[in-house]
Amino acid sequence: MAKYLMLKHYRGNPEAVNCVPMDEWTPEEVSAHIQYMNDFADRLRETGEFVDAQALAPRGVWVRYDGEGRPPVTDGPFAETKDLIAGWMAIDVDSYERALELAAELSAAPGANGEPIHEWLELRPFLTEYPDTVTE
Amino acid sequence: MNDDRERDDRERDDRERNDRERNDRERDGRPGAMDEALLRVLTPEVLAVLVRRGADFAAAEDAVQEALLEAVRTWPADPPRDPKGWLITVGWRRFLDAARSDASRRRREDLVEDQPEPGPVPDADDSLQLYFLCAHPSLTPASAVALTLRAVGGLTTRQIAQAYLVPEATMAQRISRAKRTVGGARLDRPGDPATVLRVLYLVFNEGYSGDVDLAAEAIRLTRQLAARIDHPEVSGLLALMLLHHARRAGRTAPDGSLVPLAEQDRGRWDTAMIAEGVTILQAALARDRLGEFQAQAAIAALHADAPTAEETDWVQIVEWYDELAALTDSPVVRLNRAVAVGEADGPRAGLAALAALDDTLPRHTAASAYLHERAGDLRAAARLYAQAAAKAGAVAERDHLVRQAARLNTLLRDGS
Repeated sequence: MAKYLMLKHYRGNPEAVNCVPMDEWTPEEVSAHIQYMNDFADRLRETGEFVDAQALAPRGVWVRYDGEGRPPVTDGPFAETKDLIAGWMAIDVDSYERALELAAELSAAPGANGEPIHEWLELRPFLTEYPDTVTE
Repeated sequence: MNDDRERDDRERDDRERNDRERNDRERDGRPGAMDEALLRVLTPEVLAVLVRRGADFAAAEDAVQEALLEAVRTWPADPPRDPKGWLITVGWRRFLDAARSDASRRRREDLVEDQPEPGPVPDADDSLQLYFLCAHPSLTPASAVALTLRAVGGLTTRQIAQAYLVPEATMAQRISRAKRTVGGARLDRPGDPATVLRVLYLVFNEGYSGDVDLAAEAIRLTRQLAARIDHPEVSGLLALMLLHHARRAGRTAPDGSLVPLAEQDRGRWDTAMIAEGVTILQAALARDRLGEFQAQAAIAALHADAPTAEETDWVQIVEWYDELAALTDSPVVRLNRAVAVGEADGPRAGLAALAALDDTLPRHTAASAYLHERAGDLRAAARLYAQAAAKAGAVAERDHLVRQAARLNTLLRDGS
């Protein structure tokens, strides 16, 4: 088993095939899209592959330490940030091939005209805590 | 002094184990360690009896889990004289209740009507068949692992979920799907031990995360299996597990970082466990039916046997890797063999062996870094360690490789 993160981007991913922005869809198309995402997560729960799903607000700030006794420094939000994560789904699957299959299924969520968006998702493997016990 | 330290370590280990067990009890409302150990030994036996009496596997498994929960509730105040008989009686009753209340399931109803009154508990050990069922080839590895830990190991779904770091609901689904997949199978034919061994090997390799010690659990289940089936590879796997587990205390520093084999404090290794592993392995090898796990155990035994890293018999280890490569032809084995060649015949020979292998193999870059350092090419080694860190699959491994790169870069900076 291996865990993977499927990252959805607001920005920063290559352009999708069906790239009409969501706010230009019909309300029914928006509902169909959301339904597809929920059904997808439910299927993963049913197969025992679901770990986590979260959505992120687009607005964020940069924060850093500024020395002992000083308040944290913040910067932003920057409207022009190039790479913007929209959310993620974490899965626990038997193989890399299965992870690809699921990511492709998620990428097929319907958008404008009810056609698949073909959105580019970023697939990242989790690191485990320790390597396998038997390695030498 | 060494003895003192060993005693301190043991006492600390005991304390930690007690804390863990107390935490488990507090969180799960489970009974004391003795009861839990007994319940988990009895789980597959009781389940096998219910299935033998005609309950289908999925329903029997649910009934046994309910009986276990009932035992947890009532045994502390009212311990039974015959725990196994008690569990069978209660489990069978739960199964009948469920079957009767499920009127739409005619097949099971008919079965219940036909069923004679439960007689005495059969002596035959049916639980061996459970190992085969839970490792059934129709299951994915993850499902087989989960089902084995629950139906044979007697762990709760929550414990299994915690060990594999997934939500409890996800693990519950995985188990119930696995039960449906093998639901129709009867425990009438022995399966292939190799499938069971692969599942137990996976559990062992997962090691230790959260509160459930999967390595120890894998050893317990393999031990039970070895008591029920006479097979040199079962012994080989048990020996392999014991020989690796014996070195566990030396494998990590107090801060959790990895300690490479050559740098481990061998005083922290469990010599009694090593001796047991070696004895089991020798008996298996004497039967002259070599298999993958026996060969791996032989390599582990040669490491465990060496009083110091320098005294490791690398020539023999290379020979065992040749045996192993003949048995499995796995690229990982050939990679490990190249590293062993580097120890036996010098780093240049190791690098030459490595050069013949696909450089996208896991740990290829790390092995190359190590051999370059041994060969005195510190600059290349530093660069390769950094590359290997980026390819590592585990946090502790990545951190170890980054430290190696940092160590060499510091050395190169200060030296120039």
